[in-house]
Amino acid sequence: MKKQIAVIGLEMHCELKSNSKVFSSAKNAYSEIPNSNIAPLDMAFPGTLPVVNKKCVLNALKVSLSLNCSQPDYLMFDRKNYYYPDLPKGYQITQMTKPIGINGCIEIEVNDKLIPVYIHDVHLEEDSASLDHFFDTTNIDYNRSGVPLLELVTEPCLHSKEEAQAFLEHIIRIYRYLDVSDADTKKGQIRCDVNVSIMDEDSRELGTKVEVKNVNSLSGVAKTIDYEIRRQTTLKEEGRYDEIKQETRRWDEESETTIHMRNKVDEVDYKYFIEPNIPRYPLKEEWIEEIKKSIPRLHLERKKDYIKNIGLSNYDAEILVKDKSVSDYFEECLKLDIDAKTSANWIITQILGYLNKYNLSITDFYFTPKRLKDLISELEKNTISSKQAKEIFKEVIEQEKEVKDFIKKNTQLSNEDELNNIIEEILANNVEQIEEYKKGRTNLFDYFVGQVMKNTKGKANPVLTKKILNEKLKG
Amino acid sequence: MNKSITELHELLVNKKITDKELIEESLKKSHEVEEKYNAFVTICDDAKESEITDSLVSGIPFGVKDNYSTKGILSTGSSNTLKNYIPFYTATVVEKLLNAGAVMVNKTALDEFGMGGTGTTPHTGPVLNPWDKTRMCAGSSAGSACAVASGVYPFALGSDTGDSIRKPAAYCGIVGYKPTYGMLSRYGLFPFASSLDHCGVLTRSVLDAAIVTDIMKGQDNHDMTSWDSSHIHLKDALTGNIKGKKLFYIKEICDIKNYKDANSTLKEHFKIFNHSLELLKESGATIQEESIDIDLLKAISSVYVVLSCAEATSNMSNLTGIIFGPRSDAKNVFEMMKEHRTLGFSPLIKRRFIIGSYVLQKENQERYFKNAARVRRIIVDKMKELFKKYDALILPVSSGPAKKFDEDLDILDENTNILEEHLQIGNFGGFPSITIPNGFIDNLPVGINITGNCFDDENVLNIAYTLEKMMPYKGQIAKEK
Repeated sequence: MKKQIAVIGLEMHCELKSNSKVFSSAKNAYSEIPNSNIAPLDMAFPGTLPVVNKKCVLNALKVSLSLNCSQPDYLMFDRKNYYYPDLPKGYQITQMTKPIGINGCIEIEVNDKLIPVYIHDVHLEEDSASLDHFFDTTNIDYNRSGVPLLELVTEPCLHSKEEAQAFLEHIIRIYRYLDVSDADTKKGQIRCDVNVSIMDEDSRELGTKVEVKNVNSLSGVAKTIDYEIRRQTTLKEEGRYDEIKQETRRWDEESETTIHMRNKVDEVDYKYFIEPNIPRYPLKEEWIEEIKKSIPRLHLERKKDYIKNIGLSNYDAEILVKDKSVSDYFEECLKLDIDAKTSANWIITQILGYLNKYNLSITDFYFTPKRLKDLISELEKNTISSKQAKEIFKEVIEQEKEVKDFIKKNTQLSNEDELNNIIEEILANNVEQIEEYKKGRTNLFDYFVGQVMKNTKGKANPVLTKKILNEKLKG
Repeated sequence: MNKSITELHELLVNKKITDKELIEESLKKSHEVEEKYNAFVTICDDAKESEITDSLVSGIPFGVKDNYSTKGILSTGSSNTLKNYIPFYTATVVEKLLNAGAVMVNKTALDEFGMGGTGTTPHTGPVLNPWDKTRMCAGSSAGSACAVASGVYPFALGSDTGDSIRKPAAYCGIVGYKPTYGMLSRYGLFPFASSLDHCGVLTRSVLDAAIVTDIMKGQDNHDMTSWDSSHIHLKDALTGNIKGKKLFYIKEICDIKNYKDANSTLKEHFKIFNHSLELLKESGATIQEESIDIDLLKAISSVYVVLSCAEATSNMSNLTGIIFGPRSDAKNVFEMMKEHRTLGFSPLIKRRFIIGSYVLQKENQERYFKNAARVRRIIVDKMKELFKKYDALILPVSSGPAKKFDEDLDILDENTNILEEHLQIGNFGGFPSITIPNGFIDNLPVGINITGNCFDDENVLNIAYTLEKMMPYKGQIAKEK
């Protein structure tokens, strides 16, 4: 059999952040107490009407723009009609006719290589209620009903689980950079449908597409792709490729397999039509421009910049851009004219270490870039040693003081003349030791250093002390 | 209770009657009308009087069609699917009237969820016409029309998706008005076909319709299709001066020659219509005939059926009995939904759901649903073009007075079909449209309709007001034959 390549398309649903739900005034927040964040619309009480949340539209537009999609000239919604106990209205309000973004393209990094990923569309819709299944009953919790959901659909342009995973991680990072979602898989904020087919390497004809629904973790996506490629390839190898039907399957977490749900012919006809209760809303160019301006530089752009223009290593750059607030901190340091590599080192080794240890966020971190600048300039002036700097770093945070408060106490004796005088006096009092030293007991050097430190109460600049001692003892 | 809002207000302010007496009278009358004509789903026997203020409706009883959500009061949509449903919120327009001090005394019966034009399909049984019990009120606002015509109160709320306010008003000899789409918030109105649904009011005079609508209108942040109408003052617009106003009627509908087998009733109906035109001319209006492509007019009822059924299928998908309405005991959730809907809906509604579902199916959508939407657009564009030249369209309502329950509706020929259905144009375009009584045939009232361009409600009402003044039907109460 010819070598097979996989063709993968992803549909990624992600819950968006907002104060209230996408079409109702209920709070958009997770709650352990069922049915506590609900408005009449979320339970489809007769006569209730949807009212579009502008913040959700704004967030969706940010994503649309960041994925280089084109935006429609006006906003409108459609109804997707089907019966299911988690769908109180009997339809979902979504965007079919005019998604908020179409025909996008982004670059992602896979194993240090950049590849393009094409976006079919991204659209704003509402989440369904959640069902909690018990032994012989099912409870419906409407807290999730009406939570804003952004669905992103890629073209079938990915070819491996690595690419798929890298893409999802990339998108998650974009959502976090844009602050439109926490994109937390653990909270169930991300759900994926995975489309997989295989084809001969030299073929142009796509194989039969199998859709796997409701994959709720990144590792699940990778496992699904793995499993489907293996399943489909085996069937093809055995000459049973015609057994692969265009079908919908689901990922079964327990058995780590995909299970048949329905065939193409049994596909639900969603009877889409335009939502009549939401008038068309023109998306004016000025608003789009304004949103564009509010979009921060995204992680990949920053990373490229840090490597190419600042000279950071791939490794360091990756650590800095992983979290927008860290990258923002770094860029603030650059604005304050702190040496790029020095600030990068400090952030990566000291600051992130400290934050991790105490589980703190860099956003409201006491040790601001300004304080880092103070500290680094003291280091550069040689008024403190790097060991002292690390201690001062901690002291400043713990006592909520300024760097300068610790410099006075620790002022190093770096005046060469002064140090010279002190050293000469010490040497004059230690003639015997000098002779011993000159005879070859070189370890006495440390004795002299110790004497200088004792005399200066530890304030002598150690580098300078060693330098002067060396000169004197040579002579 | 046979008086107008302003008359009752005066009596209340001058303490000639108390609001308590007024409510008691209205409730007593409600029970009589319920007994005779079966007009109500609920009579609010515990209705409390409210403070008499400057608001003209304060202390005045009114009725609400049972497809409006009313907090703490049974709201069924006249359907078995909601026969036990007590909402916990009140529709915006009802809330506004209550806030103004009006007193809701009953919930009126309708064709199930407004889907019907006969008043015969409420789950509580047919509503009888107060002028002749062997005849229908038309629908769907049958109970509201019957109650206002019977003098239960001066006004009741209705809703209008095809002609559901304006036709029952004509059959009951009263005024029925639906303002421009979005002038009244639909929040709390049980939806039938959202793009065609209008709230509105049934009264015994144009002035009362203006007074009530002035109170109910306004932008509502619960309804995105509502708009700011604070610059519109309907009551103040009723000057009785229509000099220079230009009206038109449609030749294809109004030329008696179009009706080959026109019976004496139809002839009489047009005679009455033409007389009304003469009255308008006397008031200084000009009236012209316009011709519209007959195929476009013939398409009205099919377009209406396709669009309204499609939207209804979707709008009523929330009726599963899981959250509200009688819950089925079936063994799984899909069986529960199925049983609730199978037992709850009348055959007429089920038929409409099947049509709606059919026209929305992927393979049919282009041919039926989307084409219907296109024809709707063509009809609306044609009307808007005419409204550039004219202030309003004037047409007779229906082919005569209220029909008998046992009358076979299928005998109507194609052309009377247009005559029966043309009011739907008002829903296609969201146009302001009012029906007022303009005469009698065999002691049964008939009506005339005036429809204008969107946002031109003041003008439409003023024309109706002027015509009403020249005729003796204002404030009339139904008298059984």
